[in-house]
Amino acid sequence: MEVIIENLPLYWEGLLRTLFLSVVSGIIALILGTLLAAARVSPVAALRGFSTVYVEILRNTPLTIAFFFAAIVLPRLGVTFQQFEVAAIIALSAYTAAFIAEAVRSGVNSVPLGQAEAARSIGMKFGQVLNLIILPQALRTVIPPLINILIALVKNSSVAGAFFVLELFGYGRQMANANGDQVMAVLLGVAFFYLLLTIPLGILASTVERKVAIAR
Amino acid sequence: MTSVLYDVPGPKARRVSLIGSVVGTVLILGLLAWIVMTLAQQGIFEGRRWAIFTRGDVWMLLGNGLGATLTAAALAAVIAFPLGLMFCLLRISLIAWIRIPARVVLEFLRGMPVVLMMLFVLLVFGTSSFIAVVAGLVLYNTAIFAEIIRAGIQSLPKGQREAGLTIGLTSFQSRMLVELPQAVRRMMPSLVAQLVVLLKDTSLGYIVAYGELLRAVQVMADFLGNAFLFPIFFVAAAIYIVINICVSRLAIWIERRGSNKAAGGVAKAPTAVVAPELPEVREPK
Repeated sequence: MEVIIENLPLYWEGLLRTLFLSVVSGIIALILGTLLAAARVSPVAALRGFSTVYVEILRNTPLTIAFFFAAIVLPRLGVTFQQFEVAAIIALSAYTAAFIAEAVRSGVNSVPLGQAEAARSIGMKFGQVLNLIILPQALRTVIPPLINILIALVKNSSVAGAFFVLELFGYGRQMANANGDQVMAVLLGVAFFYLLLTIPLGILASTVERKVAIAR
Repeated sequence: MTSVLYDVPGPKARRVSLIGSVVGTVLILGLLAWIVMTLAQQGIFEGRRWAIFTRGDVWMLLGNGLGATLTAAALAAVIAFPLGLMFCLLRISLIAWIRIPARVVLEFLRGMPVVLMMLFVLLVFGTSSFIAVVAGLVLYNTAIFAEIIRAGIQSLPKGQREAGLTIGLTSFQSRMLVELPQAVRRMMPSLVAQLVVLLKDTSLGYIVAYGELLRAVQVMADFLGNAFLFPIFFVAAAIYIVINICVSRLAIWIERRGSNKAAGGVAKAPTAVVAPELPEVREPK
């Protein structure tokens, strides 16, 4: 127990960095994922093809491979980063965007057909149909799955700890090495701080789900 | 492909779309060409670098890595599934002092990074990295399987359980004989999709120094020299992606097959469907 209290500043620092990685990657992934979903349903065949291939490949790539690529392969190819955080954010957001794209697409599919038909019949174009009618409704239904993806993102950011980024997991590993006799306490502390992030998000997801279910 | 989102394109829209497609393709090809050029400048495409794949031992090492990956994934899946079933039953138990602790355990396991569990098992119990990887995967996927099956049971019509209880089954018998088989069948696509996640997560074994595919890449790159990192990595990543896409396709296939069947299937039809082959009436003994 003392080892956790002694190292509380490190835990706090780690928590903040995990939060930072998750928030930045989450925002990039949300934007990129929505664009990919829009491309997936667009009338332009090349965009549809690109989006499909991107989502299929990234969804089936282990995150560790994405990190390995960004943090180890890229630098040896001459693409160097000042900080490894950049590599971590690239890997995390590229990976998460594929899942967000799939979720948003399923949301688009869940909007009743009449909505798009009505919009088209009053003369809206594809961009207008998507932006004004479909996406606002689709995003609302996909909020619970999106929150679940963001929970997974918080947990996935731990992989960054193994690729030279110091966040909650990275600090945890350091502390476990420094306090060889109290490994269990150290790691349970790390687990506690992860739960501090993921459990509230989970509760938020189920609350939103209930609210949306009532509204429909 | 027609979509409800846009009108059937007329001549002008088709032209715009064609131009868009061409520009998009050119942009993407340009990006690819730029990547290939950059790689070529690094000398990635020299035959020398790819010649290592003519060596048997490289393939043997990759094969060993792949074998280790698949072994860990298979073992973890085989252990986690029954555990998940069990935890699902505990989680929906009617007895509060079973249900609540089970829920706490599941929430705890679900809310944690898999790699943290692997590290925990590795360091706290001092096991081999193989056991750490399998244990981490089992702990996490037990919780996920339990939640998936629970969702399946909750999606069943209430009448299934009521009917089970009415014909005199105990609560446990109704769960085992009536609800679970339907729930598992219904959630088969999600369960197979979770297998893809499990397979992907075995690559976390790299972090706890388990000799799986990615670790094999690292070892070979260290041994043969950095020049060979990219080719080996490329092949290993391709192996991973191809296997995962195959399993994902399997999930989609099962889903399609299931939804064809489910139209008149057991779970979805609240109205009585007279089975064409009624079981024979047994003679009273």
